[in-house]
Amino acid sequence: MKFRKTAAAAAVVAALSLTATACGGEEGTAGDKPKDPTGGKNAPKLPTYDVKSGVKVDSAVLKKAQKAGKIVIGAKDDQPYLGFKDSAGKRSGFDIEIAKMVAADLGFKPDQIEFKTIDSGVRETTISKGDVDLYVGTYTINDERKKQVGFAGPYLVAGADLLVREDEKDITGPDSVKGKKVCSIVGSTPLQEIKKSKYGAETVELAKYSECVQQLINKEVDAVTTDDAILKGYAAQQPKALKVVGKPFTKEPYGIGMSKNDKALRDAVADAVEAHQKNGDYKKAYDATLGLSGSEFTEPPALERY
Amino acid sequence: MRIAVRTGAGAPCPTTAAHEDIPVNVLLDHLAEFREGFIGTVWLTVASSVLALLLGVVLAGFRVSPVPPLRFFGAAWVTLFRNTPLTLLFLTIWFAVPQVFDFGFDPWTKALIVLSVYTSSFVCEAVRSGINTVPLGQAEAARSIGMTFFQTLGSIVLPQAVRTVLPPLSSIFIALTKNSAIAGAFSVTELFGWQKVLSDQGFAIAWLFLWVALGYLVITFTISGLFRLLERSLEVAR
Amino acid sequence: MSSSVLYDAPGPKARMRNRIYSVIGTAAIIGLAVVVVMRLADRGHFESEVWNTFNYSNVRETIRDGILTTLKVFALAGVLSLVLGVLLAVARASDHRPVRWLATGFIELFRAIPLLITIYALWVLFLTYKGDLGAIGENNGFWALVLGLAVYNGAVQAEVLRAGFNAVPRGQVEAAYALGLRKSQVMTMLLLPQAVRSMLPTIISQLVVTLKDTSLGYIITYSELLYAGRQLANTTLVNGQYIYVPVIMVVGTIYVAMCLALSALATWIEKRGRRTKTGIAVAAAAEPAEAPGVLDPAAVPAPAAAAGETGDAPLAAPAREAEGPKAAEGPKGPEGDTGEPRGDSDGPVGKSN
Repeated sequence: MKFRKTAAAAAVVAALSLTATACGGEEGTAGDKPKDPTGGKNAPKLPTYDVKSGVKVDSAVLKKAQKAGKIVIGAKDDQPYLGFKDSAGKRSGFDIEIAKMVAADLGFKPDQIEFKTIDSGVRETTISKGDVDLYVGTYTINDERKKQVGFAGPYLVAGADLLVREDEKDITGPDSVKGKKVCSIVGSTPLQEIKKSKYGAETVELAKYSECVQQLINKEVDAVTTDDAILKGYAAQQPKALKVVGKPFTKEPYGIGMSKNDKALRDAVADAVEAHQKNGDYKKAYDATLGLSGSEFTEPPALERY
Repeated sequence: MRIAVRTGAGAPCPTTAAHEDIPVNVLLDHLAEFREGFIGTVWLTVASSVLALLLGVVLAGFRVSPVPPLRFFGAAWVTLFRNTPLTLLFLTIWFAVPQVFDFGFDPWTKALIVLSVYTSSFVCEAVRSGINTVPLGQAEAARSIGMTFFQTLGSIVLPQAVRTVLPPLSSIFIALTKNSAIAGAFSVTELFGWQKVLSDQGFAIAWLFLWVALGYLVITFTISGLFRLLERSLEVAR
Repeated sequence: MSSSVLYDAPGPKARMRNRIYSVIGTAAIIGLAVVVVMRLADRGHFESEVWNTFNYSNVRETIRDGILTTLKVFALAGVLSLVLGVLLAVARASDHRPVRWLATGFIELFRAIPLLITIYALWVLFLTYKGDLGAIGENNGFWALVLGLAVYNGAVQAEVLRAGFNAVPRGQVEAAYALGLRKSQVMTMLLLPQAVRSMLPTIISQLVVTLKDTSLGYIITYSELLYAGRQLANTTLVNGQYIYVPVIMVVGTIYVAMCLALSALATWIEKRGRRTKTGIAVAAAAEPAEAPGVLDPAAVPAPAAAAGETGDAPLAAPAREAEGPKAAEGPKGPEGDTGEPRGDSDGPVGKSN
């Protein structure tokens, strides 16, 4: 009879969890509410972008998207102030804004954008197979990737940096991580860099940045390394607990990924970025997202066209 | 280790073809890392197999023991760990366990613990069904000549169960080899992670997977070969 | 009422001792639980703000969708893996060499490759031919996960069934042929039903593995329960901590409950199946069921089969190979089965037919 009891209990738990999750509950977003460093008064507002109509570009990808009435854009969903999706499903961040301004210039309203979360490991696959039309998610331009996808950009130049606890005194830059535990994402470029013997750091490799940050909070590791743009987002989330060291030791030019041989689309996207950089939308978007993390606005890098 | 070298060197090696997209080049150019990953997988598999085997046999002993709490403990262990996804166990030891105990294990030890604990529940069940196949009369005879529980189990039942347990054990350890791939996402150098590093640099993922799959095939076929040898040798011994 | 043959029924002294052990053991477990709870509470994992997360409707919806997705993937993958398992097992027992080799190759290949790679490769394949695949192309993540699971678990189920075929006493097959049954009849009327029945526990535990392995969808970022939970923990910061601990507790409980429900279903089916059949072994087997796991019913089938009983015997046979009958014979007559190819992994079953 024993198994009947467990069976019943198990079934009850399974059913309960289903019904408990089925209905009701509070509206809104779970978790700590983001604190506004400006005190809410002069909080920078996100710009809105004018949607162009009658866009004609000789691009197979774009024509397909226009026919479908929506553009599919790949993004990250776990990087605060950069590419983030809260528990209510709302996306925010600088990369998301870049995606919106580009989409606007290609003739898509915000509600015509379908965002898709794409992890780093499957970016080339999804882009080259057409699962997403564009990809905007801390995507560093490099030659190996250029063999598989096309890039428009760079729209932002980041650099590998270190995130430490607020009370950290020993770690002041990449030269002072000897014997310290440094966490990063499996296979990421900053990790490859910090692994070099000249730094002498002990590395921990996890699948998600937030997992690294949690390890940092738990004092299981001493620093987290990746692009400063990403780290600043985390520091801004918890300014009392975390800080960014501020000595970038690599250069990571971020680009917008797309199908490799679609030069027309590449140019159109680059034009869009350039236009919004000139009319000030770019700076406004930066101030309302990454700027909140206290990192200074710097002039955008020159676009590379090929 | 010797196998690792052979996989690399044995692969077709067209030195004439200098073209970058030839799949073999990805392997040859990153052979050192590949070997490191391969050895990592082998080492992790071997270590956790041994630990899982020990744990599993002890737990199986618990489950047939005369002491009720031990039986309960064994049953609870198996129920819990057989019914939880391995990834969740990894998350637990990384994010929940340190909140309770400050052992400060390094990533490799964490992977070893998780893989052994998870696999031990399967080993336990295999051993237990092995025990069940030993004819009743054997245990009865042992007891009637005055053997204790430990003697009966250790000298009569378990040795006879070994033969039946070997084939399922072989599949369990093959599964363990493949499960070790999950450890790659938790700071352990192993074969599957090699692919991750290179695909992030932008190498074509299809070829990376081909080489990784071949690496795993070598390991798993070695395991099933070893077990077949073991089965055969036990047969002769009878 | 002693249920085990491994030790005597406890006398008064032993009973006393067991009772003391029980008390100590229970105290130890409760103590451990208290320490765990207190330490977690210390670190703020039981704060109401933390658990309040699960009061938000969108969080609940995320978890519910995760559960439903996991169940959907599992249901389809489970059924497909069983179908594929039967097909492969039958093919591997075929008299035609090419068929046998093909099935063997398929099974060996997909059993040896990590499931993560199979799923990923299928996904890339589906993405590549997205346009030509219709529904599969649209839901490429779902189908890659389902088919990946089905292929791998189908290969494993085929092996399980093959072990089941091996466990059917040879005399039965010979008798069936002597009666004039055709090959297909022997397979469908004799071998398959008995193999399924004798291997049911293993088949079900493989289904549990299938259910758990749906969590491997993370490799293609397919949002099943575990991935959804992880995503929730990764993006929700409460009191300066990501909510890993609560999410692990909730998701873990759901997984264990789902798997237990599945295993319980299996036990129920098995018991039902046993009750309806007339079997000499049953009466003796019924007793030990009460004591958890002590020499389960399977202890009985072995001698029964050795004595040439009907095929009901290896009902609760050993996990994988169901070599029960032979192993049982072994110790008594060491020369008994020397001529037999023992290891199930060597010869195809078809040989004996």
